[in-house]
Amino acid sequence: MNDAVAIVVDAAGQRFGTRTIFENVSFTVATGEVFVVLGGSGCGKSTLLKQMIGLLPPTQGRISVRGHDVVTEVEAVRRDIGVMFQSGALFGSMTLLENIMLPLAMFTDLPARARAEIARIKLALVGLADAVNLLPSEISGGMAKRAAIARALALDPPILFLDEPSAGLDPITGAGLDRLILDLRAALGCTFVVVTHELQSIFAIADRCVMLDRAAKGMIALGVPRDLQRTSDHPTVRAFFNREAES
Amino acid sequence: MARVTVARLDVANEPSGTVIALAGPLTAPALAPIWSRTKDAARRAKGALIVDLAGAEPVDTSGAALLLALEREHGERITLRGLGEQPTALLARLRAAVPDGPPPKVAPRTVTRTGLGRTLLIRVAFFGETILATLTLPTKLRFLRGGDFFRLTERAGTEAMPLILMMGFLIGMILAFQSAIPMRQFGADIYVAALVSLSLFRELGPLLAAVILAGRTGSAFAAELGTMMVNEEVAALTTMGIDAETMLVIPRMAAAMLVMPALAIGVDVAGIIGMGFVMMILGFPPAAILHQVQMATGPEALLLGLFKAVVFGAAIGLIGCRAGLTAGGGPRAVGEAATSAVVGGIVATILLDGLFAVIFYRLGL
Ligand SMILES: Nc1ncnc2c1ncn2[C@@H]1O[C@H](COP(=O)(O)OP(=O)(O)OP(=O)(O)O)[C@@H](O)[C@H]1O
Ligand SMILES: [Mg+2]
Repeated sequence: MNDAVAIVVDAAGQRFGTRTIFENVSFTVATGEVFVVLGGSGCGKSTLLKQMIGLLPPTQGRISVRGHDVVTEVEAVRRDIGVMFQSGALFGSMTLLENIMLPLAMFTDLPARARAEIARIKLALVGLADAVNLLPSEISGGMAKRAAIARALALDPPILFLDEPSAGLDPITGAGLDRLILDLRAALGCTFVVVTHELQSIFAIADRCVMLDRAAKGMIALGVPRDLQRTSDHPTVRAFFNREAES
Repeated sequence: MARVTVARLDVANEPSGTVIALAGPLTAPALAPIWSRTKDAARRAKGALIVDLAGAEPVDTSGAALLLALEREHGERITLRGLGEQPTALLARLRAAVPDGPPPKVAPRTVTRTGLGRTLLIRVAFFGETILATLTLPTKLRFLRGGDFFRLTERAGTEAMPLILMMGFLIGMILAFQSAIPMRQFGADIYVAALVSLSLFRELGPLLAAVILAGRTGSAFAAELGTMMVNEEVAALTTMGIDAETMLVIPRMAAAMLVMPALAIGVDVAGIIGMGFVMMILGFPPAAILHQVQMATGPEALLLGLFKAVVFGAAIGLIGCRAGLTAGGGPRAVGEAATSAVVGGIVATILLDGLFAVIFYRLGL
């Protein structure tokens, strides 16, 4: 296994019945990189993410995470990843603190007090120190996203997958999340795969990105955002990156 | 999980103060064995507290959490020796984020783990609408949470009891009344007591309890798990490496199986009281009624009924959970799951009851 490479996506494709969502998607994510997946709604970003976390076996191609195949070695893959789902997916019957204590209880022998202390720190890290005892139904959408990130961090996995962390957040909170991602990368050396639409946050966090397209049924760009903005000759890519000029 | 390298702790008293040396990985799994001891050492430390981290690598947020906890236990700033650059930055970030004050109380209904070794577990799989439970022995005991089980038992059992008692009482009354009229023509109406109590013990107790369990609890299981499916909570569990079937299905099945005998006895007792009520109105002395009940029913009839109740409970629990875990997407999914749990649960109960009738007849029970 090559330590510098975190994820290899090799000609991955997904089909539902006769409908092809995308095919021939290939890229690698380097260890310690913040890699962004972007594209219009419905182009298959969440689907690609589900393939990378071993929830959906790709119908074509292969994907490996830290050298482990996501289909045949899914257990090993799961030990290395934390996931924030697009909907947050917090456990509705547990408080935020308990949500984060759950993976700690399942996979460590830490006493309850220690689990609570660690969970509280993770919540503080995402700015939710005063919401520890609230239920998911009692918090806002932005808080739910942040709590879900805290839960993804519970066991400090080397790779984090975030599906639209800043969608639906106000710009200040969104920028705060961007900073959090960069801080965590700096502090822990985590690798991030982030699905996002927000141009500002792409420029703020992405080392590289891949852009999927529904019409093309595949990827239409791969590279450093600033370079793509300047050099890409694909009309959709240009249109996307040059929105910034308007706003 | 396999091989966890463990963090190491050494405490030494030097003239300058107490030195706590931590070595190895300071991560959540590795810290488990030394967490409490390290905190105790920090609390007892007199004078300056120095934490030596030269041999600690890697230090993640859980490790940093321990360092903050040590600081709090000690009551004043501690000296950190040999902490790497990255963890130092992380610690600073955390210190800024964490508010002062004591850590949160652990709510009582928090995660608990059955500590019964991690090797044997019965995992039940369910195929289609028929009951086909396969028993395998995966190493998944750690995914069971005791707290869940008690909460589920309370909801499926204790909270159903008033309804069960009322239904049982009414059914006992109705049966007694309906059968007393034709039996009276033959002068056999005293045997109504025997008839009603026997059919309650063997048939109606378990059956009525099952119908109520399917309606109250089977549907609730399906709705709960269906909502978790729709909200991607089950996917979240799966990606954490937690076996959702074990964590969600086993406690529900166990709760359904545990409460069913109690519910069936509830129907039996309330039904006999209802029957006795009618019989007394018809002019029979309580002693005669009781005598008939004793003649007709024995431990054998009761045990047969309770056995059936447990099996019905398992079927209803399993069908409810399965309906929830196979819920599709969309707003109708949860409602559909609940409906199919109730229908499936009642149909399965009646099929099983027919099967038991044949088997018991063959066995001469
Ligand atoms: N389980 C499934 N069965 C059939 N089709 C599916 C399934 N999951 C996703 N799809 C389809 O795949 C396409 C891509 O979905 P996906 O959720 O990956 O989009 P997305 O890029 O994440 O969009 P958004 O930005 O809105 O979240 C959609 O058209 C969706 O209808
Ligand atoms: Mg999506």
